[in-house]
Amino acid sequence: MNAIYILWLRQLKRYVRSKSRMVGSLGQPLLFLVALGFGFGPIFQKAGGGNYINFLAPGVIAQGILFTAIFSGIELIWDRQFGFLKETLVAPVSRFEIILGRTLGGATIATIQGIIVAILAILVGFRPNIATIPIAILFMFLIALLFTALGTAIASLLEDFQGFQLIMNFLVMPLFFLSGALFPLSNAPNFLKIIARVDPLSYGVDGLRALLVNTSSFGLITDVVILVILTALTLAIGSYLFSKIEI
Amino acid sequence: MNNLAIEVKDLVKKFGDFTAVDNISFNVKKGEIFAFLGPNGAGKSTTIKILTTLLHPTSGEIKVNGKSPISEQDAVRKSFGIVFQDPSLDEELTAFENLEFHGVLYKVPKEVRRKRIEELLKIVELWDRRDHIVKTFSGGMRRRLEIARGLLHHPSIFFLDEPTLGLDPQTRNQMWQYVQNLNKKEAITVFFTTHYMEEAERIAQNIAIIDHGKIITEGTPTTLKNQTKTKTLEDAFLKLTGHQIREEEASGIDHLRMRKQMFSGRTK
Repeated sequence: MNAIYILWLRQLKRYVRSKSRMVGSLGQPLLFLVALGFGFGPIFQKAGGGNYINFLAPGVIAQGILFTAIFSGIELIWDRQFGFLKETLVAPVSRFEIILGRTLGGATIATIQGIIVAILAILVGFRPNIATIPIAILFMFLIALLFTALGTAIASLLEDFQGFQLIMNFLVMPLFFLSGALFPLSNAPNFLKIIARVDPLSYGVDGLRALLVNTSSFGLITDVVILVILTALTLAIGSYLFSKIEI
Repeated sequence: MNNLAIEVKDLVKKFGDFTAVDNISFNVKKGEIFAFLGPNGAGKSTTIKILTTLLHPTSGEIKVNGKSPISEQDAVRKSFGIVFQDPSLDEELTAFENLEFHGVLYKVPKEVRRKRIEELLKIVELWDRRDHIVKTFSGGMRRRLEIARGLLHHPSIFFLDEPTLGLDPQTRNQMWQYVQNLNKKEAITVFFTTHYMEEAERIAQNIAIIDHGKIITEGTPTTLKNQTKTKTLEDAFLKLTGHQIREEEASGIDHLRMRKQMFSGRTK
């Protein structure tokens, strides 16, 4: 238990100390909010879609969480390259505790990042339900947990950053763009709907919309159930891969 | 009944077709200072990784403190401390936080932990710098901190994999003095590797020389010198392992480290 706590604390301390990382990862969501939000807003409204910022913000919050979570998970590669992982691996602590502590730490950071994006969104005109914000934060943590676990699982398979670009272009970007974060899925062509159905982030975006702006295509219960199952599965696979790491 | 700290019997480790450790056997007695020497790529680090549960052997029997690093990992992990060949500190944390992290992972109770951290940091002369981020430390300071960390949970075996690499004679001297002292006072077993032969000659009570994955000889520094009819351990070592320079392929990690050093403009 203490081991999990100290691993969690370490992730948090590292996050708080790297201000550039914190600020840097806010640039992209802000760009999406301003450029897309204001750029497409009028057309979206004319087409009868309503307030685009309100539609877009949950998607961009999910994006902020996705990116931070995957990176926190992938940070494992740094630990491996700069030796710190060895220090954790020779300690009398189970591999599961190590991966759990790391994942909880990464997920906490990603949730904080999500909250900061939400505040930025409110500053540019996003108007969420106030009452459901606490539940939305819990839901954000669930999204964060899934993708930190995914990042850690992937990092367990990689020895260095050579494959990083590959992960960005063929995993993280598609997860985001095909999730319905930027456009409504209801009028999308069927093939896109099907793709969105297998994209786990779709359920994250959808759940956030359900909680923050009362619109949903899958229903909140479905979103939660699917995310919980996927998180458990990813954590299990991740712990297995992590336990196989040899240095 | 058993006065052996480390027992290795017919140990083999293969990576694909390559045999890194080729059927070696040796013992290290409790309370002794043991040097494990060999040219680059001889199999030293691989052996240490196997003894410290980081790698699974292909075959062979090993015991560390009477326990198996394969089937009794936690018991083995508790019993040793280690200073790795490569740096292994968290650079974003302070000296104190690095030790605190270690102490919690090894379940050292809080009061004992805090007391020992203070003691150890004073011994390695880093107490005044305890709240400084490790990133700002020199190579010697980092090494000292790693030594303090490896001892925090009072291990009975201390592994040191090329601990003095890149240290100046002052720091090296001080470090060995401390380790020797510890060995005498606490009867802690010390297992180390080094490329500095005069260091091994001075410090080690027993030596094993490994080359191409095989142990070629074993004994006290004097035995090895007598055996080869040489005056220094360095000459004995060269006579035994030959003068040919070993090529070691740089791994991705080494490349990355080089790049990092270039960017940050400082050396470790």
